[in-house]
Amino acid sequence: MFLRTALLVLRKDFAIEIKSYEILSTTLFFAVGCVLVFAFALVKEGQAPPDSAAAILWIALLFSGTLALGRTFERERYGETIRALLLAPAPRPALYVGKLLGILCLLGLTEVLLVPLIALLFSAPLLERLALLLPLLACGTIGFAAVGTLFAAMLMRARTRDVMLPILLYPITIPVIIAGVRGTSALLATPPDEPTTIMWLTILLCFDVVFVTLSLWTFEPLMTE
Amino acid sequence: MKVLVVVGTMLLMLVILLPGQAFAFQAPQAPTPAGQAPPGQSEFIPVDQLPPSEQLPAAPLLIAAYAFAWLAVFFYVWTVWRRLNKVEADMRVFEKRHMRGNPR
Amino acid sequence: MKKLFVPLAVLTAAMFAYAPIAIANAPYESTMLLIQKIFYFHVPSWMAMYAGIAICGAASVVYLFKSRPAADRLAVAAAELIVLFGAIGLVTGPLWGRKAWGVWWQWDARLTMALLLELVFIAYLLVRAYGGPGSDKLAAAVGIFGTAVSPFVYVSVNIWRTVHPLNTVVPTLRAGMFGPFWFCSVAFLLLFTLLIMLRTSLANEQARLDELYLAEDDGAA
Repeated sequence: MFLRTALLVLRKDFAIEIKSYEILSTTLFFAVGCVLVFAFALVKEGQAPPDSAAAILWIALLFSGTLALGRTFERERYGETIRALLLAPAPRPALYVGKLLGILCLLGLTEVLLVPLIALLFSAPLLERLALLLPLLACGTIGFAAVGTLFAAMLMRARTRDVMLPILLYPITIPVIIAGVRGTSALLATPPDEPTTIMWLTILLCFDVVFVTLSLWTFEPLMTE
Repeated sequence: MKVLVVVGTMLLMLVILLPGQAFAFQAPQAPTPAGQAPPGQSEFIPVDQLPPSEQLPAAPLLIAAYAFAWLAVFFYVWTVWRRLNKVEADMRVFEKRHMRGNPR
Repeated sequence: MKKLFVPLAVLTAAMFAYAPIAIANAPYESTMLLIQKIFYFHVPSWMAMYAGIAICGAASVVYLFKSRPAADRLAVAAAELIVLFGAIGLVTGPLWGRKAWGVWWQWDARLTMALLLELVFIAYLLVRAYGGPGSDKLAAAVGIFGTAVSPFVYVSVNIWRTVHPLNTVVPTLRAGMFGPFWFCSVAFLLLFTLLIMLRTSLANEQARLDELYLAEDDGAA
């Protein structure tokens, strides 16, 4: 029942999205724009500073993720579908998981675009180190998306929702970003510093466990009003 | 009333404190030799950096730190006092209005 | 509870009056000399902040799941005190660091996460002020998440050895420094208790006024 509901919510979001690809294409393009802005800001005499690839990857992900979250829930609010969802005899945390899976798919596609792009533009050996990069990205994205989905959902009714989401989200997900960036730059070092990367990966896993559990636990009382 | 007590005791603390703080700032006394002038230098020896004791003086930073701590706490108590006064004023207006409207 | 207020205020005042004498009599630290004396206010500030974080987190959980208004009032009071004591810590720290390390700020783990916590609870207050209807529950969620992030702050210094003094400094304090440090810690915790009582009484008064207004509207309707 729980999983079925979550997958139904995911299917619903897919069905709406494939009609116009609006959120996907604009998010992807925004991520590319972000990378370009950083490239122009940081590259000096044709070379970027040493650890910038890791930083730019995660910052672009953070910014495009924030926008994507806002717009996904804006769509729910605009269509007033959230009331229908809440009225449905489905466990509320399943709704949360459904929305979370949708955001994860969206951010996953963004990463599929960003990683080769940054590897290309900044000559970073990202694609050679996928074995550890993929888990790092996965855990970081899950941590960010878990908190983001909860806050975006609860801010739907607030008047200042656009600016409140980053204000609330960034301080709480900065630990995820720190762990992600440090882990990625340890991985990009020559030779790759794998013990450090694995340490940061473990920390990210702990974050994920704590934040996903907390979000599941608090989603119901927050949406019941 | 409560706020007056807090502010009063804090002002009292400040009055007692200010001379007390003076005691915190005595630098360690270097031992002086028994009244002899140091022997004359035969050469100048250049040094790259000033020794730490000649660099940034610590006392202004210390005073600034403690001053900020006190000011922050007083500022906060003052904001609470202001809000309490406002609420009490609103309550008085409210009670007056009700006395006039419905004398019971 | 209310009867404790005046004796507590007097006790706190007395402790803070004696504190400078205790601090002045403490021995100097061997490498940092005079500037290390900021320690006696800096660390107790953080202790008060952490006490606030624990209270805000617990009160937010109670408010979110049991909807008790008293818990909400306590959470707001605690959040304001977190911002206050955090600000004291974040200002006294760099003033100490400027002399001891030569720089105002270092992006090491503990400083960063301390700044982060301060930002989370400033965000809490912003949500309450500008979040619109239902913002008390939103803020409760922010409080819970903020509290959940804080254990990572304490662990961080132990994992990443950096320029910041380690957690082991406090348990190994020598006799001369031990006394004034614990004296100031107790003084700060008493101050925290005092201020939280004051702030919750303000919140209670505001709630009473709101109830009176609502009753008036109901009576007039």
